Amino acid sequence: MISKPKILSDEMVAKIEALAPRYPNRRALTLPALHIVNAELRHVPLEAVVEIAEVLGLAPAEVQDTLTFYQFFHQEKPHGKVRAFVCRSVSCALRGGDHLLEHLCHAHGIQPYGTTPDGELTIEPAECLGACDFAPCILANDDLLENMTPEAAEAELKKPRARAT
Amino acid sequence: MKPFKPVLLEAVGVPDGHTIASYKSRGGYAPLEKVLAEKQPADVVEMVKSSGLRGRGGAGFSTGLKWTFLPKDHPGPIYLCVNADESEPGTFNNRILMEDDPHQVIEGIILSSYATRASTAYIYLRYEYPRSWHRLQGAIDEAYAAGYLGKNIRGSNFSLDIYLHRGAAAYICGEETGLIESLEGKRAWPRIKPPFPAIEGLFRKPTVVNNVETMACVAQIARRGVEWFKSIGVPADPNNPRDPGSYGPKLYCLSGHVEKPGCYEAPLGITARELIDGFGGGVWKGRKAKAVIPGGISMGLMTESELDTPLDFAGPGKVGCLGLGTAAVVVIDDHTSIVDFLHNSCRFFAHESCGQCTPCREGTSWSLRMLERIKAGKGRLKDLDILLEIGQTMGMMPGSTICGLADGAAWPIKNAIKKFRGEFEDYIRRTNPSGWMVTDPVPALQIVGAH
Ligand SMILES: Cc1cc2nc3c(=O)[nH]c(=O)nc-3n(C[C@H](O)[C@H](O)[C@H](O)COP(=O)(O)O)c2cc1C
Ligand code: SF4
Ligand code: FES
Repeated sequence: MISKPKILSDEMVAKIEALAPRYPNRRALTLPALHIVNAELRHVPLEAVVEIAEVLGLAPAEVQDTLTFYQFFHQEKPHGKVRAFVCRSVSCALRGGDHLLEHLCHAHGIQPYGTTPDGELTIEPAECLGACDFAPCILANDDLLENMTPEAAEAELKKPRARAT
Repeated sequence: MKPFKPVLLEAVGVPDGHTIASYKSRGGYAPLEKVLAEKQPADVVEMVKSSGLRGRGGAGFSTGLKWTFLPKDHPGPIYLCVNADESEPGTFNNRILMEDDPHQVIEGIILSSYATRASTAYIYLRYEYPRSWHRLQGAIDEAYAAGYLGKNIRGSNFSLDIYLHRGAAAYICGEETGLIESLEGKRAWPRIKPPFPAIEGLFRKPTVVNNVETMACVAQIARRGVEWFKSIGVPADPNNPRDPGSYGPKLYCLSGHVEKPGCYEAPLGITARELIDGFGGGVWKGRKAKAVIPGGISMGLMTESELDTPLDFAGPGKVGCLGLGTAAVVVIDDHTSIVDFLHNSCRFFAHESCGQCTPCREGTSWSLRMLERIKAGKGRLKDLDILLEIGQTMGMMPGSTICGLADGAAWPIKNAIKKFRGEFEDYIRRTNPSGWMVTDPVPALQIVGAH
């Protein structure tokens, strides 16, 4: 029997194992493992969930339960190379956050949570990003885009950016 | 307003203020060395207890007292979880502490771990703080290299590891037992208390959960002394034996419709008006404030006439707000519709409810759907009574839910409708001239999408 190709690379597994001494049990590695896989693949497909569960000695359902709770890890297909969280909470909304989100989705021809057809950009509404002093703001991969106008944000989101860690 | 020289924010604007060299040049880590050489853990607990320090994460519980709830002579391990999930809308002071002065936070963590005999400290950091992540990890590495972390620190027999643990964008992970469940790799469903974390917390071991700013305060108390800390803020009310006072400096986050949003350090007890006018440059565009959030959206609303309320632990409660919360002050100007504000608030809590208690899961989403309906011009006056009923029945205070998220969802509803009822009624009458008076049940409206 030919074994199925693995989704988790040896490198990913090594990164997960490197964190193991930090915790008294392996279940606590669930979120770190999901982040490690997501940082590489920009999503965590069900096959990866099964493999993570195998590495951690858990039932796949346990890992899947955690994954679905957070609604942070895309499962069907990868998010864009740039993942933009557009804040819609109170301080940003008071300074045009909702309008900003609407403008960006319209300008890129996608719905909130959608990804452009070329796979470059995903736009997601976010709750308070903890940067209300720079409202309205966007977190694009690791970069905080401060005091955004719709025009400035549109231009910023066309730039390539380092991959989120 | 007396001038106040920032202490917690002393590194802001200092070139390379985040490095260990800068921190030590400002007097950092010397207090830790002294404590490890001269003091027992119980002495540190006593120091923090007598300082009157109350937790900065939202609940305002006495930090020293919380530490004494740990079992005596426990064989270990005992854990410290540093709550860096900071997700309460309007709040960003933990971010500034972690980015600009991470060693102040780390020294506070080491001192607190020594006091509580914790051998491992986890910093639960929200995902959306990549810069804090890098700054903290850099500072942790520096602290290990300098011998302030690791085995047998400074020959004291005390050992400590600090690990960063990253969240995944969920507000409920800031609730202390939700944080613990999340750290354990599970869905972040808060636990029924008791048992409190001090008895059975992370990995079922005794655990202390403290906020980032609380840790920074511990470092400053060790450096400057109990008397210094107690000389700042609002003393305990002598006529109220249950008031522990509001001591020390506080980081107030100011945002929304002000000229100069930012994080400002002031003695506990500054009024909202002093903060807005003295630090924030006033309400923006020369307008007037309609309403002000005193401490993160969960705390509800103050009206313009309530702005002279002191923002200490007891103040906001006196004008019907939930409390001081995170001291995040959000200004809403008189051009803003209070209906829009409440819709925004309800949307947040409906999105962030973890879903395990029915009154919270259903109450938050029902109130959002009602606000959607009101905004769509289909509101009825009766909806205001229904909203109030939801607000009065969901939460730990009425006793229907496991955690305080539901109380935080309820407060903006109750405050907005009680303090601005006239505006809601006018809006409903104006936008629904033929149906505002209807009282029959109405079919639920689909949640309206972005387009
Ligand atoms: C829904 C909810 C969210 C919370 N979020 C945070 C948070 O992001 N950061 C925080 O320090 N405390 C938060 N808290 C309060 C914590 O449960 C806990 O009281 C606090 O971390 C204790 O630290 P302290 O005593 O140092 O304040 C939250 C509480 C609730 C009910
Ligand atoms: S009150 Fe709400 S957020 Fe808190 S445990 Fe219950 S359902 Fe979850
Ligand atoms: S409300 Fe947008 S960053 Fe806080």
